[in-house]
Amino acid sequence: MTAPQEPDRSNVVWLGAPAFPEAARAALADSQLRANLKHATGTIRDKRLAVTAELDDWEQLREAGAALKRRTLRHLDHYLVQLEESVTRAGGVVHWAADAAEANAIVTGLVREAGAREVVKVKSMATQEIGLNEALAEAGIAAYETDLAELIVQLGKDRPSHILVPAIHRNRAQIRDIFQREMGRWGRPAPDGLTDDPRALAEAARLHLREKFLRATVAVSGANFAVAATGTVGVVESEGNGRMCLTLPQTLITVMGIEKVLPAWSDLEVFLQLLPRSSTGERMNPYTSTWTGTTPGDGPQNFHLVLLDNGRTATLADTVGRQALACIRCSACLNVCPVYERTGGHAYGSVYPGPIGAVLTPQLVGVEHAASLPFASTLCGACYDACPVKINIPEVLAHLRARVVEAERARHRLPTAEALAMTAAAGVLDSPRRLAAAQKAAALGSRLLARDGRIGALPGPLHGWTDSRDLPQPPAETFRAWWRRNREQP
Amino acid sequence: MTSRQRVLDRIRAALADVPADESAEAAPAPPPSAGPAAAEGSADHGYRRSHAGPDPVGQLAERIADYRATVTRVTGADRARAAIGAALAERGVRQLVVPPGFPGELLPEGPWRVLGDEPPLSRAALDAADGVLSTAALGIAVTGTLVLDAGPGQGRRALTLLPDYHLCVVREEHVAGDLPEALGRLDPARPLTFVSGPSATSDIELERVEGVHGPRTLHVVIIAQPDAAVRSGR
Ligand code: SF4
Repeated sequence: MTAPQEPDRSNVVWLGAPAFPEAARAALADSQLRANLKHATGTIRDKRLAVTAELDDWEQLREAGAALKRRTLRHLDHYLVQLEESVTRAGGVVHWAADAAEANAIVTGLVREAGAREVVKVKSMATQEIGLNEALAEAGIAAYETDLAELIVQLGKDRPSHILVPAIHRNRAQIRDIFQREMGRWGRPAPDGLTDDPRALAEAARLHLREKFLRATVAVSGANFAVAATGTVGVVESEGNGRMCLTLPQTLITVMGIEKVLPAWSDLEVFLQLLPRSSTGERMNPYTSTWTGTTPGDGPQNFHLVLLDNGRTATLADTVGRQALACIRCSACLNVCPVYERTGGHAYGSVYPGPIGAVLTPQLVGVEHAASLPFASTLCGACYDACPVKINIPEVLAHLRARVVEAERARHRLPTAEALAMTAAAGVLDSPRRLAAAQKAAALGSRLLARDGRIGALPGPLHGWTDSRDLPQPPAETFRAWWRRNREQP
Repeated sequence: MTSRQRVLDRIRAALADVPADESAEAAPAPPPSAGPAAAEGSADHGYRRSHAGPDPVGQLAERIADYRATVTRVTGADRARAAIGAALAERGVRQLVVPPGFPGELLPEGPWRVLGDEPPLSRAALDAADGVLSTAALGIAVTGTLVLDAGPGQGRRALTLLPDYHLCVVREEHVAGDLPEALGRLDPARPLTFVSGPSATSDIELERVEGVHGPRTLHVVIIAQPDAAVRSGR
């Protein structure tokens, strides 16, 4: 048996990131950040409402999207095997990656095989999730992000803070400074006298990246969907950087979460209506590209599709939590979330921020590695109402809270007050007041073990685990209590 | 064990709750292609096949213009050629990429040099060109979208990507009302590009800037058949 017992899914959460309440406190103190976020989320929210209201059957479309995803996930093995056959028939090569390390090794190997030392990249959550850029850098391969926001994040040695607009926490002056300081080290420097006018900044990015597009031989992308029956893969974008990457290089490597498969070509009629309207609030995004294997004389002549598990099958095994795999990464739930709007994406400590991050991250990495996230919500339900595929995020959050508590109890081998309270009645979760009471009791219970904010050596068989590390103490304050206290403050 | 086998085994173990006799195909798909309702609720989610209004061509023109692209509507090839010539002259185009199979009757004379793609143009030549003139496989009225499928007059994808100015002609008979109809008319085996307005970004303080990497200016000429115009009284 050579399979690693513990899959390497570490990059979904940022190592060393503080737990949500701590990170959120810092974010709340940043008034510039809060102003940027408020403006951004408010604007996108209004646009989304206007274009979804244009379709009087929006609810039916959501229902169709949800049903399609449900059905696909229930037969995921079938559709993935079918996808593999179709892509192969069309001239592509399919690879399977059980975890991040494996996916990174596959991509690194393919880039080397192509004889390249650099790649251009289309914005992709999946490759962020596996830490591909870092893995490529270790192998001596430079990965250039080509989406404007991702470029800003990359040049600023920063983390993305929003699924759709990852650099929304930066303002124009900060972006100008980053461009002036960093562009020259990566390629064409920023023009002299660069102003902070968004047009000038976009132009600087265009010139900087164009030389990379024109010489690139290998591109790496994610996928918004892949059609099992036809082998067609698709990417939805705005800037045209996606088209550049998908069209100009000789070799295209697409890393796709296994949950992105759709059964039929006609299913796109649902998702191409749901996604742009929910995401950017447009009737359609500027560019959607689809390709099926390779086409002689047009576009990449080598196409590799990497199918990524990395915690998705563990998520699938949870019959309540699996609905999170229906997510089409539109980011609508972020923009309606009162918690996200004030804390921003970094506080979640994960590539997946906001409400969907609070349910997806703990499931991908294991609840014990992101225990504070299911509590990073007011359970107000706005995310559920906004979600184009009707993921019941509050339901999954409540479910995961119970799992966090169970995990804590298993670790302590002690029934904590919280564990008793939480498992006794799932109904408690529906009542904010009773939940608050239960959590307060729980915090008291588990703190009895801790000294100086850490739980030191554990007794008995758990001793070995704590020999080399301290257990983090469960939060003294529940997220809800913390939230109430902080949001009242000016 | 291969990773393929490991992932498939994990999926099958994770789906232990799915009844063995529930078949993937019998589960519901959207109407009307789906067939009968099955396992998970109704197949007919009742969404509409089209949101197009009574005048899809007018809707297409209006919605493309919403994306801040320029739209010109003309009747017949002669007027189309004149409109194209005027647009290219106004733009000051010197090097014009014209994909193989572009209809000769729509190609105006002018002070520009026409670059064909046979043999294929280099990236540098495409990058240095001022504009590209192409047809489209389809227009989609509701979303204001043009679809390129690399067919005659459209060429390989790079041709309509690298030059900064894209002048795209679409014939009225190629206008589909809405996405379901359009997808049904397209061949997924071809590389497809759905274009809805010019390249744009809103990444800097959410301020929309046209053109980061793709063509920054999109001009669409919609051509009506002369006899169709007579029929509709134009
Ligand atoms: S959970 Fe729903 S609303 Fe949130 S990003 Fe995913 S699809 Fe969009």
